[in-house]
Amino acid sequence: MTLVQNVPGPGPAAPSPLSRLRAFRRYRIWVYLAVLLVVLSATRVVTGAHDITSPGTLRAALIAAVPIALAGLGGLWSERAGVINIGLEGMMVLGTLGAGYFTYHYGVWVGLLGAALFGAVGGALHALATVVFGVDHIVSGVAVNIIAAGVASFLAEVLFTGLPGGGPTQSPSLDRPPTLTVPGVSDVTASVAAENWFLVSDLAGLLNALTANLSWFTVVALLLIFGTGWLLWRTPFGLRLRSCGESPSAAETLGVDVYRYKFLAVTMSGLFAGLGGAYLALVASSGYQNGQTGGRGYIGLAAMIFGNWRPGGLFTGSLLFGYTDAARLRSGGQSVHALLLIIAVALLVIAVWQLLRGARVTAVVGFGVGALALAWYLSTDRVPGDFTQMTPYVATLLVLALASQQLRVPAAIGSSYRRGEAG
Amino acid sequence: MNMLRRAGLALSAPVLALLVAGMITSLVLVAVGDSPVVFWETVLTWPGNRSLVNILNEASVLYLSGLAAAIGFRMHLFNIGVEGQYRVATFAAALFGAQALLPGVANTVATILVAMAVGAAWAGIAALLRVTRGVSEVISTIMLNAIAVSMVAYLLRRTGSRQGQTIATDTIPESSWVPGIPLFADSVTELYGLAFLAILAGVGFSVLLNRTRFGFDLRATGQSASAAVASGVSVSRMVVYSMLLSGAVAGLIGMPNLFGVSHNYGSTIQTGIGFAGIAVALLGRNHPAGIAAGALIFAYLSEQANPLGILAGISPEIIAVTQGVVVLCVVIAYEVVRRYRNRLEQRAVAEALDVSRGSEEVAA
Repeated sequence: MTLVQNVPGPGPAAPSPLSRLRAFRRYRIWVYLAVLLVVLSATRVVTGAHDITSPGTLRAALIAAVPIALAGLGGLWSERAGVINIGLEGMMVLGTLGAGYFTYHYGVWVGLLGAALFGAVGGALHALATVVFGVDHIVSGVAVNIIAAGVASFLAEVLFTGLPGGGPTQSPSLDRPPTLTVPGVSDVTASVAAENWFLVSDLAGLLNALTANLSWFTVVALLLIFGTGWLLWRTPFGLRLRSCGESPSAAETLGVDVYRYKFLAVTMSGLFAGLGGAYLALVASSGYQNGQTGGRGYIGLAAMIFGNWRPGGLFTGSLLFGYTDAARLRSGGQSVHALLLIIAVALLVIAVWQLLRGARVTAVVGFGVGALALAWYLSTDRVPGDFTQMTPYVATLLVLALASQQLRVPAAIGSSYRRGEAG
Repeated sequence: MNMLRRAGLALSAPVLALLVAGMITSLVLVAVGDSPVVFWETVLTWPGNRSLVNILNEASVLYLSGLAAAIGFRMHLFNIGVEGQYRVATFAAALFGAQALLPGVANTVATILVAMAVGAAWAGIAALLRVTRGVSEVISTIMLNAIAVSMVAYLLRRTGSRQGQTIATDTIPESSWVPGIPLFADSVTELYGLAFLAILAGVGFSVLLNRTRFGFDLRATGQSASAAVASGVSVSRMVVYSMLLSGAVAGLIGMPNLFGVSHNYGSTIQTGIGFAGIAVALLGRNHPAGIAAGALIFAYLSEQANPLGILAGISPEIIAVTQGVVVLCVVIAYEVVRRYRNRLEQRAVAEALDVSRGSEEVAA
């Protein structure tokens, strides 16, 4: 994308279609979010499933989205430098353990540092294997996940057994990071949200989720996402790091120490995944538990792919997955049932659009699945619990299946670079 | 390079990795205040007959799982979804077997075929997404794993009946069971009757890989996709076929236990075999014999770790650390050895060229 921007375009005088497209690209995340809100609001009014935009659901969605976004941010650092990182899951697991241990003994903020440290150790391990030794990235990532799961379950038993409220598979319950409530705004928005007006109540619900009991850790995470966007796209450091993921040999000829940048990027990747783990242990629940991550590292990676290897995109993706995760938790059967209607309508719209573009096969498949979803929606009034559990995973698959054609992968991703290849 | 040196190099990587993993495990134990001496004494004691049978049973299942993963890995197709394929397939097989549509052994064979078909179909979803929509099979198989867990749980609740604490499907009729093989007279445990499936699959994989066009294409695609395409291999077709095959083998994983011990699918089904299989495949370098060694090592470590808690007060979970470290060390060691071997070959070629050039100069 940056490469596209560097191409000399038409001058600033005439607002050509291209520059208008660019302007849209800059703000499109807000356009998408607005459209999403309108769609959800309409669905809520049509189906009467008022919980799908209640402050509680939106707050839960944010809490579910942040760890995914942090893992995705880790994926962004690593993959922008050209290293595929499916070890994010393991680094996240190490983060939950670090958060559990350090928070119990030294308090919340040290706990965050500990989680970041544990995650970074996992990242450094992956960097050692992939960057220094040139092991296949997926293989190394799988190995890191296996080690992390083993280390976490072993150390949890060593560290937490015998502590009050702790046990071999869980830590004692831990302090949470402090929260932020804007007085006044939170009360007003809560009462407006309860009125169930079209769009107004949904907006109020959103505002309420952002102004009442907002964890400071959430604020930190959002700052990290913005900070990463600035660092990777607006500084020479970021340009060098991304050049390692696009064309490492070109970067080397320009004097970039490719190994060092890649090693740093993958270690940072682990650090962010570790923070994501800390969020799971400290904000999303009240302590460390074995198997707490439940594949969120992988979902974070999927969110990043969905977001086209961009910070804004990955955050949108995380919100989407976080939302489907939250919808199942809060009156799950009813909310997910309402979401079925959105899926059905969206698929039917896509099918018509694909038909107009001449892609008959895609149109037929889209139409078939959409009709099935619609039939399911009409013939039942709630979705069984096991199916609501699948929601985030099915959403990931669907979204990737629909989005993967328009994505632009960093050019040198997955390849192992040896120093001196530039010749 | 002579044969002996070649073999030495090939073996040096796993041996080195095992030694390093052992050292790291000992360090971890010292760091948390446990005794590494007691640990090694317990782990290295020759297992009793009962444990031996357990190790063989576990290894046969791990071997199937490792084979399933290796089929894809040989062409850099990462089927992380063996776990899900195995679950869905075993559940479908248990349902089908309990219907007893066919008598006796015919039912057994048909059930195994159903398991293979269902495993292949579940893997096929990922293959289709990869080929038609360009979705990475790594992500899609991981998502399919999670979906498989919920889907099977739902279907089990719909079709199963409560048996004590757990829910299970109906039992397969006794005429279709495959009895265990008593290896030792004094042992309570018996070798899975269907453990031979593992050997069969291993031989099949070896023949497929080395004696067929498909195997050649598979290896070629893995070593250089562009060269394979240039010589007329359709990578999309290879992705679909190898994914289906991988899923079909994954479907076999649950069979020895289903026909030998449990006779139904319950909520207590053994989990994690699919992931362990990936580790075993990496350990054995996706080679039929190597995977067998890897499966035996993993099964041995797991079985020997069991008494650790009682005898030494060490959490048996430590063995998961050892297994993970072994895998990472082994992939690094293979890479280091591969580079060393490349350098040796380059030097040998350079020397040969020097010699021939030297003799030309003399002739001139």
